[in-house]
Amino acid sequence: MTATTLTGNQGAGRAGDKIFSGAAMAAGCLILAVLFGVALFLVVQAIPALTAPAAEIQGGEGFFAYIWPIVIGTLIAAAIALVIATPIAIGVALFISHFAPRGLAAGLGYLVDLLAAIPSVVYGAWGAAFLAKEISPAYNWLAANMGWLPIFQGPASATGKTILTAGIVLSVMVLPIITSLSREIFLQTPKLHEEAALALGATRWEMIKMSVLPFARPGIISAVMLGLGRALGETMAVALVLSSGALTASLIQSGNQTIAAEIALNFPEASGLKVSTLIAAGLVLFVITLAVNMIARWIITRHKEFSGAN
Amino acid sequence: MTSTLTPVRSKRSALTKGQLPKYAPYVVLAAALIAGAAILALVGFNAFGWGIVSAILFAVGLVSWSAAVEGSRKAKDKLATCLVVGSFLIALLPLFSVIWTVLVNGIPGLLAPGFMTTSMNGVTGVFDNRAVEDGAPVIGGIYHALLGTIQITLLATIISVPVGLLTAIYLVEYGNDGRLARAITFFVDVMTGIPSIVAGLFAAAFFFAVVGPGTKTGAVAAVALSVLMIPVVVRSSEEMLKIVPNELREAAYALGVRKWRTILKVVIPTAISGIASGVTLAIARVIGETAPILVTAGFATSINSNVFSGWMASLPTFIYTQILNPTSPANPDPSSQRAWGAALVLIILVMVLNLAARLIARIFAPKTGR
Repeated sequence: MTATTLTGNQGAGRAGDKIFSGAAMAAGCLILAVLFGVALFLVVQAIPALTAPAAEIQGGEGFFAYIWPIVIGTLIAAAIALVIATPIAIGVALFISHFAPRGLAAGLGYLVDLLAAIPSVVYGAWGAAFLAKEISPAYNWLAANMGWLPIFQGPASATGKTILTAGIVLSVMVLPIITSLSREIFLQTPKLHEEAALALGATRWEMIKMSVLPFARPGIISAVMLGLGRALGETMAVALVLSSGALTASLIQSGNQTIAAEIALNFPEASGLKVSTLIAAGLVLFVITLAVNMIARWIITRHKEFSGAN
Repeated sequence: MTSTLTPVRSKRSALTKGQLPKYAPYVVLAAALIAGAAILALVGFNAFGWGIVSAILFAVGLVSWSAAVEGSRKAKDKLATCLVVGSFLIALLPLFSVIWTVLVNGIPGLLAPGFMTTSMNGVTGVFDNRAVEDGAPVIGGIYHALLGTIQITLLATIISVPVGLLTAIYLVEYGNDGRLARAITFFVDVMTGIPSIVAGLFAAAFFFAVVGPGTKTGAVAAVALSVLMIPVVVRSSEEMLKIVPNELREAAYALGVRKWRTILKVVIPTAISGIASGVTLAIARVIGETAPILVTAGFATSINSNVFSGWMASLPTFIYTQILNPTSPANPDPSSQRAWGAALVLIILVMVLNLAARLIARIFAPKTGR
C-alpha cells in the first residue's frame, strides 16, 4: 500500500520534473529561435529589394545608392551623441561613485536613472518643440563665426531641426546607459588600490587617474559601445527632431537622415517593393547594431576573466 | 630641503600652510556670481547664461587661486572636482527641462474636458480650426490610445513573462553553465541591444509572411514589444534567482522534494519580490516604445478593443502622429496640446510603474530571519 503510493508519487514527480525542465529549456531555445527568426524573416522580406532592378528602388539607382547616405547619417548622429555623452557620463559616474557624499549618492544615482525612464517619444517632442527653438541662435552664431569649417557651414537652419540637435537629444538618451554601466565598474575598483594611492599622498584626482580609470577602461569602452548601439537604433528622437533631406556635411543645416527614422517615417504608408526596401534597411541597421553589441559584450566577458572583482 | 630649516615666520600654523582657507570656495562662488551678473548685464541678462558664465568663472577662479597657493597638483584636483560636479549638473539640465516642458504644455491638454474619456473618432480639422478661431473648446481625447496601450502592453507581458521567467529558471537551475546556457546568456545580452524599430520590423515581417501582407494589429505590436521585453525579464529574473541561497534548495532536496516543486514552492517565492519589480520595470520600458508600434499596429483614431484585428492606437504613436501630422495642418496648436497632454499621461504612467517596482521590491521582500 505504502509502496504503491510512493512509486505513484514518484512517477508523478518524475513526469513533473521532466515537463518542467523541458519547458524551461524550450523557453531558452525559443529565445535563440526568435533571434534567429529576426535575422531570417528580415532577410526573406528584404530579398525582393536586393534583387529588384535598380530603377524600381526609391531614387532609381539601386539599393546601395539608397542605403549609403542614410547609413552615413546614422553614424553621424550616433557619433555626435557619443562625443557629447561620453565625457559627461564618465563625469557623472565618477561624481556618484567617488565625489558625492555617501548618503546622497544613491538618491542622485536614481535621479540620473530617471533620464532613462522618460519615453523616447517624449524626448523627441521635447527636442522638436523646445530644444530646436532654443538652440537655433547658437547655430546662427556658429555659422557666422565658425562657418569656415565644413561641419558648421551656413546658412544655419531657421527652425534648428538639424542633425546636431538630433545628436544632442540622442546624447541625453544614451547618457544614463553609459553612466549606470561605468558607475558599476568604478564601484568595483579594488579598495586596496585606491587606499594605497591615497596613502602615498595622491590627491583624489590622482587616485582616480592612477587606480580607478586604468581598472575601469575596458568597462568604459564597452559601456560606450552599448550606448553607441542605443544611439544607432534610436528612432523617435531623430524622426521628430530632424527635418530630413539629402546627405550634407554641415551639421547645422537641415538634411541628413538615419535608417531608423527613415523606416519610421515611411513604413506606415509603404506597400509593395517599398516595404521590402525598408525592411532591407532595417536589416542593415540590425547587422550594424548586432556587431557593435557583440563587440561590447565580448569586451565585457574578456574583462570579467581578468578582473579579481568576481 | 632648505625650506624646512628656515624658521616659520608667518602667523599661520606650518601644518595648514600652503592650503586654501576653508571658506575659499564660498568666496570664489560669490565673486563668480557677481562677476557673472556683471558680464551678462553687458550683453543682455538671462538666468541660464548667468549660471553658465558664473560656473566657468568659479572653476577658473578657484583653480587659479589654488594653483597660486597650493601648487599644481592640488589645482588639478580642484579642476577635476569642478569638472565632475559640473558634468553632473549638466546631466540634470535636460531632465528638469523635459519634465518642466511636459508639465507646462501638458496640463492644459490634460484638463480639457473629455480628454481621458473620448477618442479622436470624428474629430476633424474643422473642429480644431474652430477652437483656434472662435475659442471653442478643444475636443478629442486619448481614450482609444490609452486603451490600446494597456491592451498591447498587457498582451506583451502575458507573452514575455512566462518565456522570460522559464528561461531564467533554465539558466540558473538547469543550465549548469553548459554550452546552451552560455549561448542563451550571450544572445539575451545581444537581444537587449536590438533597436526597437528592428523588433517592430521583425514582427511585421513575420506576420506578413505567415498571415498575409499588410497585417497590422495590436497582437503584432505585442509580439514586437515582447521581443524587447523578454531579455529584460530574463536578466532581472536571473539575477534574482541567483541570489536565492543554496541552503534553501538543499533543505528542500533533503526533505525529498522534487526539483520542480522546489523551484515552484521554494525558489520562486523567495525571489518573487525581485522578479515582480523586474517585470514592472520591463513594462515601464516597453510602454513608452513608439517605433515598433508604429510599424506593426498603424494608428487608429477610433476605439478598437480587439487586439487581433484592425489598426490600433497607442499613447506613444498618438503623440507622434499628433505632432507630425496635426489634425488641422493650418492650426496645429490643438493637436500639439493633445500631444503634450498624452505625453504627460505617458510620463505619469512610466513614473508610477517605476515607483511601483520599488514598492513591490520593498513590500514583498522575503523576511530574512532574525
